[in-house]
Amino acid sequence: MATEALRLEGIDTYYGDSHVLHGLGFTLQAGRLLGLLGRNGAGKTTCMSTIMGFLKPRNGQVALFGEPVAGLMPETIARKGICLVPQGRRVFRSLTVEENLMVAGLPAKNGGGRPWNLDRVFELFPRLKERHAQVAGSLSGGEQQMLAIGRALMGNPRVLLMDEPSEGLAPQIVTEVGRTIAQLKAEGLSIVLVEQNIKLTLNLADDIVIINTGRVAFSGRADEVQIDSPIVAQHLGVF
Amino acid sequence: MQWQFWIIQTLNSVAFGGLLFLLSSGFSLIFGLMRIPNLAHGAFFMLGTYFGYTLLQKGLHFWPAALLGGIGVGLLGIALERFILRKLSGNEQGQVLVTLGVSFIIADICLLVWTGDPMPLAAPQSLRRPLLFAGFAFPTYRLVVLGIALVAAVGLYLLMERTRLGAMIRAGVDDMEMARGVGIPVSRLFTTVFLLGATLAGIGGVLGGPILTAYPGLDADMLPLALIVVILGGAGSLLGAFVGSFVVGFLYNFGIALAPDLAYFVLFFPMVLVLVFLPQGLFGRVQI
Ligand SMILES: Nc1ncnc2c1ncn2[C@@H]1O[C@H](COP(=O)(O)OP(=O)(O)OP(=O)(O)O)[C@@H](O)[C@H]1O
Ligand SMILES: [Mg+2]
Repeated sequence: MATEALRLEGIDTYYGDSHVLHGLGFTLQAGRLLGLLGRNGAGKTTCMSTIMGFLKPRNGQVALFGEPVAGLMPETIARKGICLVPQGRRVFRSLTVEENLMVAGLPAKNGGGRPWNLDRVFELFPRLKERHAQVAGSLSGGEQQMLAIGRALMGNPRVLLMDEPSEGLAPQIVTEVGRTIAQLKAEGLSIVLVEQNIKLTLNLADDIVIINTGRVAFSGRADEVQIDSPIVAQHLGVF
Repeated sequence: MQWQFWIIQTLNSVAFGGLLFLLSSGFSLIFGLMRIPNLAHGAFFMLGTYFGYTLLQKGLHFWPAALLGGIGVGLLGIALERFILRKLSGNEQGQVLVTLGVSFIIADICLLVWTGDPMPLAAPQSLRRPLLFAGFAFPTYRLVVLGIALVAAVGLYLLMERTRLGAMIRAGVDDMEMARGVGIPVSRLFTTVFLLGATLAGIGGVLGGPILTAYPGLDADMLPLALIVVILGGAGSLLGAFVGSFVVGFLYNFGIALAPDLAYFVLFFPMVLVLVFLPQGLFGRVQI
């Protein structure tokens, strides 16, 4: 039987009085990649922030391999093994590349594969190794994205959340990021990939969840969704 | 005579700048990380001076007194962070008001314990004689204070730039939410910077004793200077605190010596300019 890596159930999240996530729920199976799609403002980032503990849901439950984590502090959630590549990268701008990775280092959890450390991240992204002493704020967008991914991996995630890793990158870099994600998935990492890039997501994902105004509009296997499906046009198309 | 004036004023300025650095480096780190000015920082400094006075009265030598005074104030800083500010986490306005309240409470207790009379602290015996060099007499003690401040600056620099702890603090200054998101235990960082900041302020207070004497109102005289330093230099920036301290040291000393009526103008006008045109300060990244 497949294990559930991450399960959201009946999540209601608010910004003050503004109700953004309405009873949101989905399940990520261990070792699979779930593509989370939705238009601008659908609530994808809010969902990531809720899982990470940046926002506390008013109702609902988040479970990491069966263990409830909703309402815990972000640093606790990170230590339990949920790591985030945030939208907009948010690298620590005044720290060097190496410091960015070092401060995010967390011990590997039991049952994982080869643990992530500085050497292994540099192996994955040789560019970061070349620039290890450079201040992160001075990196190019693509390099910052690699750093944001590397930083999340340093936490030895059991579940990796990626919020629009292809945003604002040149097509060639997008391909590179896509390859990296495929590689991580092949290693058995459980991943939630938030994207606006539908093609990239359909290529990588096992499962697809589409959210619309904070509600799940579609949930199914990736092979049920084609780029020209009516569901895609209905919930993601630009009119 | 003219030369002697300039040289002595310059020396006084840099020595005072050194004291200001001990006061404002911690103030700046707390400001950068926790996003609040710790308005009790001036009171921490004054308490250090009074602690030093009493420890000297008890017959302790000067340097142990300075260390012990600093540690005493540092423990108080931990208590303030752990038992009061932490309860108000997320409520920054409340936190600022609490630090203001604590500063008044400390000032009142000082008045009660040490009365309202100014109390001079004696500099260490060996440093009381002026240093004669090239026909000029230099105040030895102030030179030593400057030296200690420089050593503290190097130590803090190494801590902030060369250790994992320092990198974590800087990460928190850059993006607190993301720092927590990568698992950095920020509440431990808060306690650490408070311990560090309060201890340095306390040591600065004892070291400042022979120059400034202990008196009620020392806290209120020092706090605005720390604020100016941090606004000039930028909250959370050690380099900013360093440069800002010496700039303010010079403005303060020469302002009082050359244009006593305009001393506050000389001091606060640059601060206003920086606030309006460069709200992050010269070296800071945090919008105040
Ligand atoms: N800090 C905030 N305060 C109030 N409302 C917010 C805040 N952040 C987002 N919102 C609102 O919540 C809704 C969901 O925003 P969210 O950022 O989660 O969308 P998203 O799906 O990530 O969009 P995008 O694809 O543009 O990143 C939007 O209506 C947005 O305006
Ligand atoms: Mg988003």
